[in-house]
Amino acid sequence: MSMLQLRVWRGGPRGGEFQSFEVPRQASQSVLDVVTYIQRSLDPTLAYRFACRVGMCGSCAMTVNGVARWTCRTHVDQVCADGRLELKPLANLPVIRDLVADMREFFDKWARARGRFAGRRTRHDDFERVAPESEARRQVDAAIECIGCAVCYSSCDVVAWNPDYLGPAALNRAWTLLRDVRDDAQTERLRAVAGDAGCHACHTHLSCSERCPKHISPTAGIAGLKRAAAAAALWGEL
Amino acid sequence: MSARREVLLWSAQRASAALLALCVTVHLATMIYAAHSGLSAAQILERTRGNLAWLGFYSVFLLAVVVHVPIGLRAVLAEWLGWRGASRDWLLAAFAAVLAWLGARAILGVFL
Repeated sequence: MSMLQLRVWRGGPRGGEFQSFEVPRQASQSVLDVVTYIQRSLDPTLAYRFACRVGMCGSCAMTVNGVARWTCRTHVDQVCADGRLELKPLANLPVIRDLVADMREFFDKWARARGRFAGRRTRHDDFERVAPESEARRQVDAAIECIGCAVCYSSCDVVAWNPDYLGPAALNRAWTLLRDVRDDAQTERLRAVAGDAGCHACHTHLSCSERCPKHISPTAGIAGLKRAAAAAALWGEL
Repeated sequence: MSARREVLLWSAQRASAALLALCVTVHLATMIYAAHSGLSAAQILERTRGNLAWLGFYSVFLLAVVVHVPIGLRAVLAEWLGWRGASRDWLLAAFAAVLAWLGARAILGVFL
C-alpha cells in the first residue's frame, strides 16, 4: 500500500511547528479523510474543524499545500502529485489550536460591513415583488450562495497587508444587500464599506474569485460597491 | 478621514489614471518623433515657445501627475509601512507641491 507523507502544523496562538505523519493512500480519498485518519488512528490530540463533510457548512477549510481549500471537497489526487501534503490552518486568521482558525474577526467584519438585512416592511404588509429577471436580482443571485468558509479571506493579500480590511466575504455580503431593493440601510452600508478598510482597498488581484469553492466573484461585487460609493460621494450622499 | 473624502481621493486617482494613459501616449509619441526626425534643441524650442496648445497639454499632464502620484503613494505607505494618519497626508501634500513646482518649472522652461 502506498503511503502519503504529511506535514501537519501543530501549535497554538503563540506558535508551533510541523509534525510529520504517514497515512495510507486510498482511492477517492479526500484531504478531510486524511486528517480524520490522523486523529482517529495516529494522534487523537490533533484539533481540526468539520461538520457536514459534503461542502455545505464551510467549516473544514484549511491551507492545503499552500492554498486555502475546503478539505472535504478536495481529493488527495487533485492536490498531491508527489505523495506529499502540507496542512496548515487558514491564513490571515489567528490560530486557536493546530488546524483550527479563530473565525471571530472574520464574522465581526460582516457585522462591521452592515451585513444584516434592514427591511422597511412589517409582517402586516404585503410581500415585496422582486422580478427574478431584474438586473439587481440577477446580481444578487450571482453572489448570494456564500457559506462563510473564509477561503477568500484567507487567500486575500490585502487582508494580509491591512488587518482592518473588511475582506472579500463581508464586502460580497454588503453587495448582495446593496442590490436588494427591499433593504433600507443603503447609505449607512455604503459608509461602512467605503474607504481605506473597505472596498476601495481592494487591488483586484482576484485571488478570492479564483479560490472561492462556490465560484462566486467577490471582486465583481467589490467593483460594484466602488462604483456605488463613488456615485454617492460625488452626489454628496455619502 | 471621512468615508466621503476617501472615496473622492480614490475617484480622483482613477480619473487621473485615465488622463495619464492619454497624456503618456501623446508625450511618448512626441518624444519618439522629435528624436527620430533629427530636430535640434533650438528647433524644438522654436515649436514650443509661445505655443498655448503645448502649454495646455503639459499643464493637464502635470495636473494628472500631481493628483495621481501622491494618492498612490498614500496607499503604498499604508500597506507596506503601516503609516496612516495626518502626518503621512501632510508629507504627501508637501510632496505634491514639490512635484507641481518641478513640473511647472519644466513646462515654463520650454514655453517662455
